[in-house]
Amino acid sequence: MTAPLLEARGLVKSFGANRVLRGVDVAVPSGSVTCLIGPSGSGKTTVLRSLNGLETPEVGTVRIGDVELDWATGPDARAVSRLRGQSGMVFQAHNLFPHLSVLDNVTAGPVFAQGRPRAEAQEEARALLARVGLADKADDYPVQLSGGQQQRVGIARALATRPQVVLFDEPTSALDPELVGEVLRVMQSLAAEGWTMVVVTHEMRFARQVADQVLFLDGGVVVEQGPPAEVLVEPREPRTRQFLQRLLEPL
Amino acid sequence: MSAIDWDLVRSSLGPLLDGLLRGTLPLTAVSFVLGLALALVLALMRLSGRRLVSAVARAYVSIIRGTPLLLQLFIVFFGLPSLGITLDPWPSAIIALSLNVGGYASEAVRGAILAVPRGQFEAAMTVGMGRTTTLRRVVLPQAARIAVPPLSNTLISLVKDTSLVSTILVTELLRKAQEIASPTFEFFTLYGVAAVYYWVVCLVLSFGQTRLETRLSRHVAA
Repeated sequence: MTAPLLEARGLVKSFGANRVLRGVDVAVPSGSVTCLIGPSGSGKTTVLRSLNGLETPEVGTVRIGDVELDWATGPDARAVSRLRGQSGMVFQAHNLFPHLSVLDNVTAGPVFAQGRPRAEAQEEARALLARVGLADKADDYPVQLSGGQQQRVGIARALATRPQVVLFDEPTSALDPELVGEVLRVMQSLAAEGWTMVVVTHEMRFARQVADQVLFLDGGVVVEQGPPAEVLVEPREPRTRQFLQRLLEPL
Repeated sequence: MSAIDWDLVRSSLGPLLDGLLRGTLPLTAVSFVLGLALALVLALMRLSGRRLVSAVARAYVSIIRGTPLLLQLFIVFFGLPSLGITLDPWPSAIIALSLNVGGYASEAVRGAILAVPRGQFEAAMTVGMGRTTTLRRVVLPQAARIAVPPLSNTLISLVKDTSLVSTILVTELLRKAQEIASPTFEFFTLYGVAAVYYWVVCLVLSFGQTRLETRLSRHVAA
């Protein structure tokens, strides 16, 4: 059996006196989709943001491909940015650059950060925009797009740096319900293409259909993990059952 | 006897315009550009994580804002020679005005940088940008829009503040008016014409501010 592409061990993180991660392990095989689910405050977003150093855990290691970081050693900015370079990220609030056109948003990473030739990056960006169904929006500005379109540009931007892993932080939570589907469909097709994805989400149907494994977090620990057919359908842990019950019957 | 000597108004229009074009406007432009550069440095110093660096910038801004510009001008022109540094009127004027503008504008620049949402920094980092690239490609273009109104204030104040350098013999609009007025005692007329010139310049700048704001806001949600 080959080593997982992404591996995090023993992540511990506190915000002040509040311990949000109490020793979290995540292993993501290449080409697989991992969904992180759990109630708000469970630490799932903090886990995701620890994988690319947007949060700095006090203890724990993160390895993506052959780049490894030991948080306990207080790594410098260069080491963190090397790890960060291994992944791309899609944000809940898309965080597109408002002053740049859609095309320039997608080429920003390749051109400004990776120093790739503009023409080549643009060609690739156009292909990525076509890939997310926005070939005709290249010259628009983010403000001209719908929420779902903005989020699809966000996905194209995350893919443009050719990351090994794509991290999604509740990519549909800020969208109007009728726009959720177009984003999830793009994500589903990326999974089918073999992209390695880690997704924080409340979309249980997506997790059911697309995830290879589901991690249920609560109180800063992974309470239960396994294939979606087990964790989401026949959970062993009472806390998982309670959480799923509340999602099904909010009232 | 009328308060305004219209013949004198007509004959002074040219010389005063000369003072405006060759004194006031270049002084304003050069001091503003140098001041802005200084302001950016000071703002970044204030925002840097290093305590000492940030404290130096904070002290600078405090001193500049806490002392009169006229005094700062006198220190540069009349004070520095005691330290063996003697500067001509023009360089003295530009140095004092730039240092002053830098202090005030740095607060506008700092505020504008802080107003750029956190998510923009994070997005820039996740596509691989370092600090300098993030600043140049993501943060400053957005901060520029936010900084236009307060920086326009600074610029318009500067236009009028340049009149203070008439005290160190720099020939600009106000000094020109004084020179023409002195032998004739037509102070009301000459200062009136000078006032109109200042006002027109500020009107044009206000108009430019509105245009610039519209242009920079074109990609931002209404």
